[in-house]
Amino acid sequence: MASQASHIIWFRDFVPEARPLIGGKNASLGEMMRGGLRVPSGFALTTLAYDAFIEHAGLRPRIHAALGGLDPEDTAAVEEISRELRAQIERATLPHSVAEELRQSYAILAEESRTPTPPVAVRSSATAEDMEGASFAGQQETYLWIQGAESLAYHALRCWSSLFTPQAITYRARMDFPLESISMSVGVQRMVDARVAGVMFTLNPLNGDPSKIVIEASWGLGLSVVGGEVTPDDYWVDKVTLTVIRRNICHKAIKYVPDPAGGGVCIVDVPEATQAAPCLTDDEVVELASLGKALEVTCGSARDIEWAIDEGLTFPDNVLLLQCRPETIWSRRPAAPLVKPKSSGLDYVLDAMLGTQHRKPE
Amino acid sequence: MAEAKVAARSFPSPFDVATPPGAEGWQEMYPYYYLFSPERREFEDGKLWFRDGMHHPEPLYPFDTVTSESWWVALGQYNSRVFIVPPALGIDQRVLNGYLYISANAITDNEVVGKRVEFFMKRAGYYFKNWNELYAKWEKKATDTIKELKAIKVPSLPEMEDESVVTEGRGVTSAYNLIAAYDRCIENMYKMWHLHFEFLNLGYVAYLTFYGFCKKAFPDIPDQNIAKMVSGIDVMLFRPDAELKRLAQLALDLGVNDAFRDGRTPDEVLADLSQRKAGQQWVADLEKTKDPWFYFSNGGGFYHHHRSWIDEPRLPFSTIRSYIGQLQRGEDIARPMLQVQAERDRITAEYRALFKTDEDRKAFDDQLGLARTVFPYVENHNFYVEHWHHTIFWNKIREFSQVLKDADFFDEVDDLFYLHRREVYDALYDCIASWAVGTPARGPKYWRPIIKKRKKIIESLYNWTPPPALGPPPEVITEPFTVMLWGITTERVEEWLNPSGGHDSKTLSGFAGSGGVAEGPARVVLKVEDISSIQEGEILVCTITSPSWTPVFNKIRAAVSDIGGMMSHAAIVSREYGLPAVVGTGWATTKIKTGQRLRVDGNTGVVTFLD
Repeated sequence: MASQASHIIWFRDFVPEARPLIGGKNASLGEMMRGGLRVPSGFALTTLAYDAFIEHAGLRPRIHAALGGLDPEDTAAVEEISRELRAQIERATLPHSVAEELRQSYAILAEESRTPTPPVAVRSSATAEDMEGASFAGQQETYLWIQGAESLAYHALRCWSSLFTPQAITYRARMDFPLESISMSVGVQRMVDARVAGVMFTLNPLNGDPSKIVIEASWGLGLSVVGGEVTPDDYWVDKVTLTVIRRNICHKAIKYVPDPAGGGVCIVDVPEATQAAPCLTDDEVVELASLGKALEVTCGSARDIEWAIDEGLTFPDNVLLLQCRPETIWSRRPAAPLVKPKSSGLDYVLDAMLGTQHRKPE
Repeated sequence: MAEAKVAARSFPSPFDVATPPGAEGWQEMYPYYYLFSPERREFEDGKLWFRDGMHHPEPLYPFDTVTSESWWVALGQYNSRVFIVPPALGIDQRVLNGYLYISANAITDNEVVGKRVEFFMKRAGYYFKNWNELYAKWEKKATDTIKELKAIKVPSLPEMEDESVVTEGRGVTSAYNLIAAYDRCIENMYKMWHLHFEFLNLGYVAYLTFYGFCKKAFPDIPDQNIAKMVSGIDVMLFRPDAELKRLAQLALDLGVNDAFRDGRTPDEVLADLSQRKAGQQWVADLEKTKDPWFYFSNGGGFYHHHRSWIDEPRLPFSTIRSYIGQLQRGEDIARPMLQVQAERDRITAEYRALFKTDEDRKAFDDQLGLARTVFPYVENHNFYVEHWHHTIFWNKIREFSQVLKDADFFDEVDDLFYLHRREVYDALYDCIASWAVGTPARGPKYWRPIIKKRKKIIESLYNWTPPPALGPPPEVITEPFTVMLWGITTERVEEWLNPSGGHDSKTLSGFAGSGGVAEGPARVVLKVEDISSIQEGEILVCTITSPSWTPVFNKIRAAVSDIGGMMSHAAIVSREYGLPAVVGTGWATTKIKTGQRLRVDGNTGVVTFLD
């Protein structure tokens, strides 16, 4: 059982010590669940599973041979090695024990969601601190709407292979990253059949005002919002009283839906009648905001959150958080006081009075 | 101020506004100094005047200018001569076509402003520092002033003076007493308004300083949330309603609730009660409660026809009846004081926790502290002045009118209010002279045609829609009291100049007064007398609400007003009752018809027409 637990860790069983085994992205999902937030069920394939796989496939010596002494500036060589390593990884098979655990875990998800082949999102989750911050292409693979245990195993391999994109290889080489430390966890999370999805900031992204929660929302899966392919609706909520203070309803012409041909997602037109309609009700906005507020408390700082409203569930169970990351732009700014300190309330009064008076002139 | 840059567009000059048909000669109803005039044209034409719909939404009856004229002096002097507010003198007033227009006198010379600072810091500082002590003194002064007013005896003019005038060697007669009593009433009114402004300007600036700081720290923070952090729990304006709830419970406890059967008038209820022992106990309690809690105006208190619960008990009685019903159904109707308090504490702590520096937390604490210190005055002064005092005042004046009516000057008691207070003095003098000398007075023949004409004028003025402002707007509105007290900002003036700009015909915008969203049919209430027409589930649409309408907030789904800001009664009461409110829309009663379906969004301040 011990080895089993270390190949796969369910988000709901997350403990902070598990962070190095499952990477930042998965750990944040674990934290969200521990905080009592509504997050779709899922688990992480740990770095130990990765190590077992590399060992089993006999890839470690090859990786060391290929990458040791490589000149990161030799683009052609880097690309050649990347192609070779990635092909080998994606062609290989999981060790029996890992494959079996993955199959069993997927079966549990199937049972939970009462469907034989529940769609899942498969994502890479980097473990090294500097890798977590490196968001270059290839390092942050996400495969949506993956169904069936075979496909799941294959996409886990594709996540691992993304460790060896040319960009990742070059980056590590430049950073003198030790080869033996290369590892990656993979997250597997039940996918929400999203009626509406989008992002949420637990502050005003335009001016850093920490008393606001701003939600962007559009029809279908969240890809259209994240990728900037639609102008989403935006909803502004006061964080303290959780009241909606502004809504801008936009024209949302397209949406991402599960590909009816099977496997992955595709773009379809939004029916004309609903293009300009608000995609969230006030109740949903307030429920989302209260989840965002709770998450910020759990994490201790402002968050950038992806969320979705599940088509098949009823309110408020249909309001789900998918993943989150720290808000970095405003949170990293040094805090400057808004006003110069004064000795008494009256001094502030005088200042305000003269301020209104002498605000102009031209 | 005269040299302030003038925007390209302008409101009409007060000299170009035509008299509405039927209102010709309206100027005669008001004193000479209250009118725009050729002698001061250059000055008057050079500045912006805006309509004070907040306090004087209706045309001014000649007598009723006693309230506006009182605050003209009282507000101004506290800024200009008492507290030496650095950038502001008083708020000037003029009447045009019967409506009150006001204009701020800012001080724009920085050198003058600078010289005033030192005095202001010393004087305002003294008040802020000793606020609670001075406020306790104020409450005594205010109650004494009300007592003095109440004690004024209005004598009738007897055929023959009482023998005691002789046996006690009094030396003065009913004639003297009548005219002296009138003078004392008017002086008492002036005094009450002086008291009104002893604290108000300072109270508002302290509150609005905190308000401005919150807006700076948390742009778009709903006004209502700032008010929630500051507002008191034990507010006098909620007391009358609380008393009605208590009386409803008492009726049940005494087993006399059946007396409040549907369809009975207050008199019928009281007649029934007085025949039973337990009923008499209830009536005795009511009598005690009435003073002062039924001195609660159905309007703003600024007009003689804004009657109070004490004059018209229909509203409080029907409210008691519905509270009895609610209590019988087991509903909890008590104000949730502990919850209100807990919510206030929670909101305050959460906003405070959002600050990132010690400097800002200190600024927040200092400014909130000052705002909370001044707020009991800001919240409670209306009850003392506009409700309690003015209810007694208008009725006292009616006693003088009764004397004049008895002398055949008037057909109806309320005819007096078509005379300016100095014309009333003349009429009274005419009356006592005639009584003293034994000659017919000229009054009965003189005043009747004037009153008849003025009634027609006032009616015509009611049908006229006054423009929101007059004259050239300065490019930027900077005078702090205009911005702070009346909510007249550069943006607002721009909206007035271009009322349809930025809005489609399906919506109307105002201040988000109280959160929540509701839909329902509109009930447009133009005169306070119509308030009882409101039906369960309707949306109240009015020019401005009064605190004594509180009981109807149990019936309505939402409130919309033409006039008012974050501090308006409609907003305060709506927050208390958890009803959505959009206030200060400017045009709600003009654009909305009774029965029209509305969606009121009290979070965003938008009213949508659903039909």
